[in-house]
Amino acid sequence: MKALSQKRRHPLAAIALLLMGLLVSGGLYAVATTVNQAKATTSFSANDAEEGGKLFAANCATCHGMGASGSKDGPSLVGVGAAAVDFQVGTGRMPMQMNGPQAYKKPAQFNDEQTHQLSAYVASLGPGPSIPEAGVLDEKGDAANGGELFRTNCAMCHNAAAAGGALTRGKFAPALADVSGKHIYEAMVTGPQNMPVFSDANIGPEGKRDIITFLKQIEANGSPGGADLGALGPVSEGLFVWIAGLGVIIAFTIWLTSRTS
Amino acid sequence: MSATSTPNAPAFVAKTKGGRITNFVDERVGGSGILREFGRKVFPDHWSFMFGEVALYSFVILLLSGTFLTFFFDPSMAETRYAGSYTPLKNVEMSVAYSSSLDISFDVRGGLFMRQVHHWSALLFVASVSVHMLRVFFTGAFRKPREMNWVVGGVLLILSMAAGFTGYSLPDDLLSGNGLRIIDGVIKSIPVIGTYTSFFLFGGEFPGTAIIGRLYMLHILLVPALILLMIVLHLFMVVVHKHTQYPGPGRNDGNVVGYPLGPVYAAKAGGFFFIVFGVVALMAGFFTINPIWNYGPYDPSPVSAGTQPDWYIGFVDGALRLMPGIIGDWKVEQIWFGHVFTFNVLLPALVPAGIIFTVLFTYPWIERWITKDNREHHVLDRPRNAPTRTAIGMAGFVWYCVMWAAAGSDLIATHFHVSLNDVTYWLRALFFVGPVIAFIVTKRVALALQRKDREIALHGRETGRIVRLPHGEFIEVHAPLDEYKRYKLVGFESPSPLPAEPNAHGVVDKKEKRRAKLSQWFFEDRVAPATPAELAAAHGHHGTHEAVEAGDSQKTLSH
Amino acid sequence: MGNHSDGSPNHSGTVATAGQNEVEKFQDPGIPPHRLRLADTDPKAAKRAERQVALLFGISVVGTLIFLVAYFAIDLGEDTAIATIRLQNALLGIGTAFAMLGIGTGIVHWAKALMPDHEVSEERHAIRTEEDRLAAVRIVDDIVEETGIKRRPLIRNTLLGAVALAPLPALAVFGDLGPRPDNTLAHTMWAPQDGKLKRLTRDPDGTPIKASDVTIGSAFHVIPEGLNELHEGKLNEKAKAVVLLMRLNPESLNPSAGREDWGYNGIVAYSKICTHVGCPVALYEQQTHHLLCPCHQSTFDLTQECKVIFGPASRPLPQLPIAVDAEGYLVATSDFHEPVGPSYWERDEHERNINA
Repeated sequence: MKALSQKRRHPLAAIALLLMGLLVSGGLYAVATTVNQAKATTSFSANDAEEGGKLFAANCATCHGMGASGSKDGPSLVGVGAAAVDFQVGTGRMPMQMNGPQAYKKPAQFNDEQTHQLSAYVASLGPGPSIPEAGVLDEKGDAANGGELFRTNCAMCHNAAAAGGALTRGKFAPALADVSGKHIYEAMVTGPQNMPVFSDANIGPEGKRDIITFLKQIEANGSPGGADLGALGPVSEGLFVWIAGLGVIIAFTIWLTSRTS
Repeated sequence: MSATSTPNAPAFVAKTKGGRITNFVDERVGGSGILREFGRKVFPDHWSFMFGEVALYSFVILLLSGTFLTFFFDPSMAETRYAGSYTPLKNVEMSVAYSSSLDISFDVRGGLFMRQVHHWSALLFVASVSVHMLRVFFTGAFRKPREMNWVVGGVLLILSMAAGFTGYSLPDDLLSGNGLRIIDGVIKSIPVIGTYTSFFLFGGEFPGTAIIGRLYMLHILLVPALILLMIVLHLFMVVVHKHTQYPGPGRNDGNVVGYPLGPVYAAKAGGFFFIVFGVVALMAGFFTINPIWNYGPYDPSPVSAGTQPDWYIGFVDGALRLMPGIIGDWKVEQIWFGHVFTFNVLLPALVPAGIIFTVLFTYPWIERWITKDNREHHVLDRPRNAPTRTAIGMAGFVWYCVMWAAAGSDLIATHFHVSLNDVTYWLRALFFVGPVIAFIVTKRVALALQRKDREIALHGRETGRIVRLPHGEFIEVHAPLDEYKRYKLVGFESPSPLPAEPNAHGVVDKKEKRRAKLSQWFFEDRVAPATPAELAAAHGHHGTHEAVEAGDSQKTLSH
Repeated sequence: MGNHSDGSPNHSGTVATAGQNEVEKFQDPGIPPHRLRLADTDPKAAKRAERQVALLFGISVVGTLIFLVAYFAIDLGEDTAIATIRLQNALLGIGTAFAMLGIGTGIVHWAKALMPDHEVSEERHAIRTEEDRLAAVRIVDDIVEETGIKRRPLIRNTLLGAVALAPLPALAVFGDLGPRPDNTLAHTMWAPQDGKLKRLTRDPDGTPIKASDVTIGSAFHVIPEGLNELHEGKLNEKAKAVVLLMRLNPESLNPSAGREDWGYNGIVAYSKICTHVGCPVALYEQQTHHLLCPCHQSTFDLTQECKVIFGPASRPLPQLPIAVDAEGYLVATSDFHEPVGPSYWERDEHERNINA
């Protein structure tokens, strides 16, 4: 005890304590999140579906119709599956702010539990893609294979570095940075809005896992060459050299040809 | 020479070590004549004169960094599997060229830095050549005796674009591969010889296995050699002509005012090389350029959103985007006599670039013909003092920029949240209307600036000091200019239209009439420089101005 | 019309017919008097400038050291993290920048602050004397005269002919750069081989696709069976044969006469190579059924057999006729019925040959 109380005054003690605190809270958080994930993929209870039905009637039925059978303002949701709901509601795209060419990503309007209940309700209406298991989201697949699949199937819309791109008439493919692996997976299996569906028969779960691994890896890596200028290719590079490059050089030329006082 | 040839005379002794070395070299190989000519040659000093140097220095940086890259780059299109250290591409099938480019980026120390230095300075090279040419155009520096040097400059611009494009394709990544595919499509659209040219270029069908090696040879040998040759010609002519200078006190067509080459100008110009290198190094150290590892190896199936060429080819790509393939129900691609005329590709690929370069190359002669101005010009025009030329230049520039913007139409759409189709429609309209608006607006702005100059020359500079007169009126005090500053504003020529003149046979022919009309168009709107008489008239006011400052109560003009 | 050489903004008319007449012009006052710098008058300021220059050169030395340290202290290898490469790149950049900018700004500052800054006027000399010009022109005239080329048109004309033809071998010698184009552009790997129909397989792994795999709203990127096994010219074949496979509601398809059996239950396959200049048209919007080319924005409408509805392309994308084989896999019943990809001079002829 005496030894401990002496060591308490050691200059490193504060740091050690801080580290311990961080480790504990980090560990607790990790446990908590795995619990959360496990919950997300567990099957839905009847109660969930019932609660979801109420939420649906209150928030979604205006457009999607009672019983999610669709109306002129929104498609039927029978058979779209829990994955579609989890994606659309979880990324804040639904409920839609206003009708337009495309639903924008925005802060989610429902919390995790409500999203879970809504998913349960829609899943109960008819069979459809379900929320992915944690196993395919572990980001431990083959990044190189994922890269090849991504370039063949995704890069033409989302850009080779996943920076996004334009579609026709005001629509666009969004950038994929900061999108969770789960949402990427759900987008692939459900084909939200104008995105084609990449069912498991097209790109298997392993392939999807590889794609997510690839995306998360390039996102975590960043660009080895420094700031990536939006990863938009030669247009941003050209703008940069004209504005910043020539700008700095012109500033130097003005200094160089001015008279000193 | 002199020291040895006249042994009896007291030998001239150099003061510094540098002088002694000069003496040593000259005694053996001569050359003192050149140094005598150049050592104190005068160069005028202005920031806008430095762009040519930026171009020259970026070219030197390109040679240095490029040589480094050749030691590691392998232009083979043989298939291989990547075994380098970048995991997202591990074991992916690719060409040796791409694989060696990745190795330069990830496994050669400083290789990535050199690649980025090379690419940034390539972009800077073409950009500075362009800005330099704009400066020369807008200040009228292309006029006699410099027309030929203007043409050499135009050739250099084309060569710099060629150097850039051949280099862009070398890493054989997905982006540049799709760029090549577009080039192949454009080549195939050429009537009669298109298909042959494509097969010869690619050694058979696209993509083949020959193109990278061939472009490599062009990129590291032929094009740089031609650029070097043109630079030598260009600089030789600069020396023959001596540099132009901006108008101002003490400057006229018979002299050149500035700093002597040694030491001041040489120090500034030499130091500037290091500055340009430093700026390029900063860009290369902190900003990614051409991230080939993102694009992946070339494969004819994938493509990335935002597939664009480097900026200097952008205007051609933009023109390709703007051209509609079907107008109403009429297909722009036509089949005549059983052969295909791909006008939807041919027109945008050739016509705008053709117009821009034809006008660029012939402009000095066009203007000389219109103005009948056969004198030598060494004093530049301030752009405002040649309103029509400036307006022509701006019209061309805006036209170029519209096409340039079109090359980024998809990015404009995503970043400003507008429809891609609308962006294209607007740019199609601007393609025709933009230059006209630019012409009118520029001319008006130039004339307005000339009027402002007149105003300042006659009535002095606004001081911002407001004075209240005893009877209650407020006026702003104007400070008169000193004669040097005033001369800068009034020392220019303002030619009036040159009416048609009969030729040797006493006849005014049609061509001459047309010329007279153009001359009218060129010079009819002008603001003549202020004259001493006008200044004297205005000075009456100034006298009272000074009186105002002294507290006199007389009413004076109030501007 | 007339000369609007007016100085005032309000009305035309003239303040100045001036400018033409020398007398009315302002006289050139000459080069402005030289203004001394601080460093010229104040030895302290000169000393300060000297120290600043030395400091800048010192910064350059530091930059060089940073470069060397970054180069030798950071090694790249098998498991180097991207962050390490980025760090090395940034340090090399900042080292070079310091090294170069230090020298550059140092020299320029030295020149600006300490070297003499008197503006000098140098006379321009004529590029050549009038005498030289006349002599040169006369010499050329004499040379032309002495050759007698004007009096002997036979020599002149044969020479011109010979000179005009002489470069031809220089062109002909490039004839072996590539094979002469034959009808290879008109054919792809999809043509049935030995009576066996080619299966549609996934790009890039080459696994065959069952019709039942293709759900509504799907888009498959497709290569022909056997492409991955090719050793020679794999990319050449791929550049022509890539196909986009989509399924939509059969009611939304409106096949024209003769194309009714080119699809299967709403599954259709179209060439992915743009008819404009050959980019892969791979952007499929599953709700609008539009295909968009990312290079030049040509837009094709799948419900109208890929007719061009926007952009620079002129022709629809070629359709690949498909069916289902005994095992339920999708197969191509024939090659494309027209050459794929961008137009070329002989394209129409090739198309007629295919359909003959």
